[in-house]
Amino acid sequence: MNTPLSEKRRLVQGNEAIAEGALAAGCRFFAGYPITPASEISEVLSSRLPQVGGSFIQMEDEIASMGAIIGASIAGMKAMTATSGPGFSLMQENLGFACITETPCVVVNVMRGGGSTGLPTCPGQGDVMQAKWGTHGDHPIIVLAVSSVADCFEITIQAFNLSEKYRVPVVILSDEVVSHTRETVVFPSPWDMEIVDRTGPSVPPEWYVPYEDNSIGVPDMATLGEGYRYHITGLIHDERGFPTQRPEEIEAFTGRLFRKLAQGLHEIQKIKTFMMNDAEVAVIAYGSVSRAARSAVLEARDRGVRAGMLQLITLFPFPEHLVDNVLKQCSKVVVPEMNMGQIYREVQRVNQGKTRVEKYSRIDGQFITPDEILGKLLPEE
Amino acid sequence: MTGSESGREVRIPPGIYEMEDERYEIRLSGSGGQGIIMAAIVLAEAAGVYDLKYVCQTQSYGPEARGGTSKAEVIISNTPIDYPKAIRPDLLLTMNQEACDTYFHDLKTGGLLVVDSTLVRQIPPCRVAAIPFTKIAREEINKEMVANMVALGAVGELSPVISLKGLEQALMARVPRGTEDINRRALNAGIEAAKRFDLQDFPMTATVEEEI
Amino acid sequence: MPQEVTKLIHKYLRRDKKFPHVWCPGCGNGVVLGSLIRAIDRLGLTKDEVVLASGIGCSGRMPVYVDFNTLHTTHGRVLTFATGIKLAKPSMTVITVMGDGDATAIGGNHFIHAARRNLNLTAIIINNQIYGMTGGQFSPTTPYGSKAATAPYGHIEHAFSIAELAVTAGAAFVGRGTVFHVQLLDRLIEAAVMKRGFSVVEVVSNCHIQFGRRNEMGNPVTMMEWMRDHAVTVGRAGEMSPEELDGKFTIGILIDEEKPVYTEEYDRIRERAGGSDPAGDL
Repeated sequence: MNTPLSEKRRLVQGNEAIAEGALAAGCRFFAGYPITPASEISEVLSSRLPQVGGSFIQMEDEIASMGAIIGASIAGMKAMTATSGPGFSLMQENLGFACITETPCVVVNVMRGGGSTGLPTCPGQGDVMQAKWGTHGDHPIIVLAVSSVADCFEITIQAFNLSEKYRVPVVILSDEVVSHTRETVVFPSPWDMEIVDRTGPSVPPEWYVPYEDNSIGVPDMATLGEGYRYHITGLIHDERGFPTQRPEEIEAFTGRLFRKLAQGLHEIQKIKTFMMNDAEVAVIAYGSVSRAARSAVLEARDRGVRAGMLQLITLFPFPEHLVDNVLKQCSKVVVPEMNMGQIYREVQRVNQGKTRVEKYSRIDGQFITPDEILGKLLPEE
Repeated sequence: MTGSESGREVRIPPGIYEMEDERYEIRLSGSGGQGIIMAAIVLAEAAGVYDLKYVCQTQSYGPEARGGTSKAEVIISNTPIDYPKAIRPDLLLTMNQEACDTYFHDLKTGGLLVVDSTLVRQIPPCRVAAIPFTKIAREEINKEMVANMVALGAVGELSPVISLKGLEQALMARVPRGTEDINRRALNAGIEAAKRFDLQDFPMTATVEEEI
Repeated sequence: MPQEVTKLIHKYLRRDKKFPHVWCPGCGNGVVLGSLIRAIDRLGLTKDEVVLASGIGCSGRMPVYVDFNTLHTTHGRVLTFATGIKLAKPSMTVITVMGDGDATAIGGNHFIHAARRNLNLTAIIINNQIYGMTGGQFSPTTPYGSKAATAPYGHIEHAFSIAELAVTAGAAFVGRGTVFHVQLLDRLIEAAVMKRGFSVVEVVSNCHIQFGRRNEMGNPVTMMEWMRDHAVTVGRAGEMSPEELDGKFTIGILIDEEKPVYTEEYDRIRERAGGSDPAGDL
């Protein structure tokens, strides 16, 4: 294409980039309920989805939104919802249904400050553990964090790809800073993007076993209404999809749910490193805070401190080995977060006393500044 | 875009971060309904889409759609931008007294404060360009609502990182059809008012109040 | 005749599902399933084009036994899943089955909004006036004064009338039947499935184990007799005085209206937006 560069460059808000990323990934169904600071995702998709033959629906609440996207996904559509803390709490029950029925779907949580109604217009990172453990019972789930407008587009595509490939819900954690920041981006052209679709059955209906194990632990998924009639239930089920109480079937089922992610860690766990080659002190950060951390690392380098950063894109399954490498390499690791130390505790769990790990928490609704992180990186007087 | 991601790790070349001092921070402030965020978006689009610079535009806001304080920031740089918010603004626009009182002490040493002297009566002791944006909008354009665009023109003229051509292009692409003329006139009125300041030889405070 | 009925039902049962089912002997749920199967058979729908979806409770176990596309979702939420399915695959016949607690307590909000929104869905609500599966706690339709596991001294709340609630919320078709009046129930379900728009059939049913035993109706026959004695057809009810109707409930079609269907409205939205086929490119 010979389009001048300036025509492809657009000033885009984070939430808009999430919506466009979803469309690029093939999302054709969105159900949501208005909530600050996530509403722009609904607004953009209410306009864009009908243009591409998709469906947008505003439901009566977030419980319903989550149910609707699972229904649409079962019927063959890539589907997404978006919300913020209070709405994410309401989604947890049906999110668990998606985990146990292995229904691909993407849930965006634009984190705001505080618990309960909290600080609707301020950033926070307090929903990290909720994204992993919010729904009851042992369950597999993937959680990704975005830090820029470009991320919002790319990681949303990756979220759909992982969700479709592993038949698992993927939670995208954004925050008020990322979602409301506008930056110039050039969206890649469709042929530069890798788009993954779920694998359909390769056998005729009479041979189809809907939850049959295979080498990757991800059963082929039939689309509703195409002749592969089967049963979908949130009850623990056997490989035909029927409820079971047999211990050996229950164990095989739950074991497979965890094995399918464990086998895919090499492509599920994504990180970025910055100046880590010779780093002696490191920041482990994610989301918008990683931007402040990058500035802090540069400033520390200017002052002669060999600092580096590990930016987590995948928060869960927690990239233990990659974090472990940083802990082995550095004499000190700082974990700045806009919460009381949720990923800090994960880092400590991996650390087991190897090195010095310090948290830096900011919970006043304000964004962490580079200076604050720098203060933790510089040697104490 | 970091589209080259392969495998699980992306190494960002450290070199591209070395020009940190090229960062130029603008903060626009006033009250909700004054068009502060709209002005910031146009500014960001001018720099980012038309002048091909890196930009990052953020805002903070309360629950009110009208009234309350409104703050929007634009970071402009020749290199990718890490921290998305203004730390020490190079240029601060305040469209009312409250915003001026709240934010002027964040201003970078030697930074420029631009105030709407129609609404800001107590001007703090720093490098200030006082221009009656609201009065200009009311008397020259006959529409007080476009005071934000008058201010935008002045900010474009007074900041060294914005091209006026890009600013006008960005503005024309954003405004509703049928309002191009009035917005262009507002922008130009702001540019003209700001041209009376010689940035090279700038006193502590300058005002164009009496000349209009 | 009974053999033919059984043969027809067997045509739709899942052979690979290990029976027996979870329902108690004499439960009304089987009667409802029979009516549903006869309605689908008469309408000539193929197994592939039918989705039968449920929530949680005794009614929630219905889909697993039949050879359709079946879905057993979360408590009270089945209409939200059905909404997603219908929007993604408007050509499919989507039928939901719920209980009284499922549809009007935990799922009450979804129920009224589904009625208002008017997707082309069918909601069959089996009203046995109690939470059966969890052990007989009172539900939103448990009558005032009756006993329940959580109302040992008598129930002090007043019951919802499900069918009337559906009418008020804007459902296009609302009918009420009982598991005693089976021929009427067959016709109601058939009409509901055929209806273009949101259709509701409330089925008054018996839970003699959890409701009946606590309220002096401890076997299915007594409860069937209660239905026989308290049901009044819509036509006859019009000729009766309020005093005569006291304690009775109406059966038949309560409302049958033509209203714009959501998916057709949304097709027009796509046209306005310049949209293409769902399979189309960006």
